[in-house]
Amino acid sequence: MHLSSDELIFWQYGFAQLNLTIVTTWGLMLLMTFGAWLITRKLSEDIHISRWQHILEVITLGIKSQIEEVGLSNQQSRKYISFIGTLFLFILIANLCVIFPGYQPPTGSLSTTTALALCVFIAVPFFGIREQGVVGYLKSYTQPTMIMLPFNIISEISRTLALAIRLFGNVMSGGMIIAILLTITPLIFPLLLDVLHLLTGVVQAYIFSVLATVYIAAATRGEGA
Amino acid sequence: MDNMTLIAMVSIMTAGFTIAIGGIGPALGEGRAVAAALTSLAQQPDSASTITRTLFVGLAMIESVAIYCFVVSMILIFANPFWSQAAAKAAGV
Repeated sequence: MHLSSDELIFWQYGFAQLNLTIVTTWGLMLLMTFGAWLITRKLSEDIHISRWQHILEVITLGIKSQIEEVGLSNQQSRKYISFIGTLFLFILIANLCVIFPGYQPPTGSLSTTTALALCVFIAVPFFGIREQGVVGYLKSYTQPTMIMLPFNIISEISRTLALAIRLFGNVMSGGMIIAILLTITPLIFPLLLDVLHLLTGVVQAYIFSVLATVYIAAATRGEGA
Repeated sequence: MDNMTLIAMVSIMTAGFTIAIGGIGPALGEGRAVAAALTSLAQQPDSASTITRTLFVGLAMIESVAIYCFVVSMILIFANPFWSQAAAKAAGV
């Protein structure tokens, strides 16, 4: 049974493989970068702006307002919107492109979701140290008392794991259930599940980026608020 | 009953029990969460967007427990290390 897109290998050299996940991820990256470059070639500040620039502005301001509602203040959200917005847009487009036939989402493979969770795992201390200094950030691990130090460390690791497995499980289960149902029932039932799959893909992208925002806010706020 | 049959039997039964029992808790928890959200929506319809967003975030967190159980049962059925080890040994012999 086809479990993930890691299994379709195009080319292998030693232990480095070029499999479908990598090809799809690079294709998505090229698509997003090229599309963004096309749209932002001619930015204008008049009353009448082009349709595509309008779409990008709506998306960017939407992400910014969501970040501010979760916990970061106005000046700080500008610093982190590039990281969080990239996470959200990549996972969103990777999950939404299942509309195209023959496409397998790269987030259905544990390697991609682990890589994204590792990015968050490295980014949170990085932003925390940049904001509060090394001593101040390390002191936050001993809040509220010194006994909590191992628990704080364990919770840091386990929530990274939870981020990876949550996204992987949601995307993979949708794909697998549709594949199994296609062999059993007529076409209408897998179609309905396909719509549900799209909805869960969008919700999971939102959840991933909101949780990353909450962790960054907790790391950078410190003992101030 | 030889080794391979025993491994297969225990793996399949455990996979079934994992997903069956593991789905009860999250389902009950999500039901309570949606009920609380509906109550607060009825009391304060103005903050509907905040309540809905918090509800979805909470539902995704609760759902992850069910996803963990699902991943474990999938591993038991499709990527079982004990089964591949036993199959390799049987093929080698």
